[in-house]
Amino acid sequence: MKKAYVPMLVVTALMFAVAPVLIARAPFETTMGLIQKIFYFHVPAAMLLFGSAFVCGISSGIFLFRRTPSADRVATAAAELTVLFGLIVLVTGPIWARKAWGVWWQWDARLTSSLLLWMMFVAYLLVRRYGGPGAEKLAGAMAIFGMANVPFVYVSVNYWRTLHPKTSVVPTLAPEMRGPFWFSVAAFILLYIVLLTARRYLEAQRARVEALHLALED
Amino acid sequence: MKQLLIVIALLLAAPMGAVAAAQPATQDDFVPAGSLPPAETLPAAPMVIAAYGFVWVAVLAYVGFLWRRLQKVEQELRDLERRVAER
Amino acid sequence: MKRFFQVAWVIVRKDFTVEWRSREILYTTLFFAVSCVLVFAFALVREGRPMEDAAAGILWVAIAFAGTLALGRTFERERQSETLRALMLAPADRPAVYVGKLAGILLLLGAVEGLLVPLVGVLFDAPFWARPGWMLALLLTGTLGFASVGTLFAAMLVRARSRDVMLPVLLYPITVPVIIAGVRGTAALIQSTPDEPMARFWVSLLLFFDVVFVTLALWTFEPLMTE
Repeated sequence: MKKAYVPMLVVTALMFAVAPVLIARAPFETTMGLIQKIFYFHVPAAMLLFGSAFVCGISSGIFLFRRTPSADRVATAAAELTVLFGLIVLVTGPIWARKAWGVWWQWDARLTSSLLLWMMFVAYLLVRRYGGPGAEKLAGAMAIFGMANVPFVYVSVNYWRTLHPKTSVVPTLAPEMRGPFWFSVAAFILLYIVLLTARRYLEAQRARVEALHLALED
Repeated sequence: MKQLLIVIALLLAAPMGAVAAAQPATQDDFVPAGSLPPAETLPAAPMVIAAYGFVWVAVLAYVGFLWRRLQKVEQELRDLERRVAER
Repeated sequence: MKRFFQVAWVIVRKDFTVEWRSREILYTTLFFAVSCVLVFAFALVREGRPMEDAAAGILWVAIAFAGTLALGRTFERERQSETLRALMLAPADRPAVYVGKLAGILLLLGAVEGLLVPLVGVLFDAPFWARPGWMLALLLTGTLGFASVGTLFAAMLVRARSRDVMLPVLLYPITVPVIIAGVRGTAALIQSTPDEPMARFWVSLLLFFDVVFVTLALWTFEPLMTE
């Protein structure tokens, strides 16, 4: 993992440098025009939001039932990234919506449930920070409920009447849009792996500091 | 002659008036730019730039945040390891 | 299996007996719920008449706030007497302890709703009993959804710092969908012609939430309560 890190970092940076070029060359969507190009970052960020929620939930589950500290470190890292990618989704979405729908926000099923999902992981970070001893388990429970919420957020747009596009959009993308889109998805996945690894490393170093503090006190 | 021309002009004016009156009061495709709904007069380009710009800013801010925390922790780690070695 | 419910029943009886002696949580929660309703009355009433569908929202928000308070107070009582640790040390199935506490909370909230529903109905001119069967179903499934997650988190927070504010912080993002479903379902029922299929849809969704939440809570209660 360590040896692959710097190359991965470089590749990610390059991909993000190239992405805007590909996105600019992609065809315009017929009804929305230029503003639709936000799609190429908004949707991959949403995919990573859901994925990160799963990573956090699963590692929290492992931590709760097996008490493995490394699982807890992954969970913390993933929770922070869930909040980061969620923030990206919740800011790029309304910018797009303001132009496409005329309003910044709508209290429909998809937007409301996405906001709640994001808030669950913000709550995770709050509890971890301010909950005192034993807060990791509390936060872990939160992460499990958050993970259980993800499928609901995903299908909400198909079962309720919302302004938000349905999940059928991605599988039926126009051919010329698929290239830039999946390229962006790959770039975001790499970015996620890079950030998660760095955050895990930070957490591991923190654990070492704490262990040394304890050793010195003896 | 003049009277005949006036009569012909008036006769032509009537159907033209009827055709003009028969046009729909509002046309669907072309609306004066001043009466478009506000969202459609927003320029899309600054919003696209703002959206992409936000993504960059958020990611870079997070990376910076991580970097700072890592520096602090590594400094503390070096201090502690030195103290342990001195014991 | 029988032992599981015996344990749960013993805990319910214990909680009920302790509460009945002073009735402190019951009265204070009831009063708080009524105050909530009044605050919303001032916020959502225009020229003496409530806004459309306001009654449904007011009812469920009052239930949520009163429920949060009741949960906090119930487990605070456990913390002060350190009885929760005793419960954990007892040779009882942990999930049975959870079910017992949950049943106690449900009884308490049921009593609160028994006062709240007629009160809101009268004050806001809302025909909550136009379709009593569906209304009861909504109240039951909604309260269960809220209380199932609430009992889990309140129990976990007993030993945590800042527990008063942490309970809403953790509880609300998870239970807002339950409240939304309750409000939408109730609103469908208090319309001039009650919309039963709509109410049935929301009750089914609430049932789905209940199953997921209770299952998750039963599954995670033991590891969460163990040191």
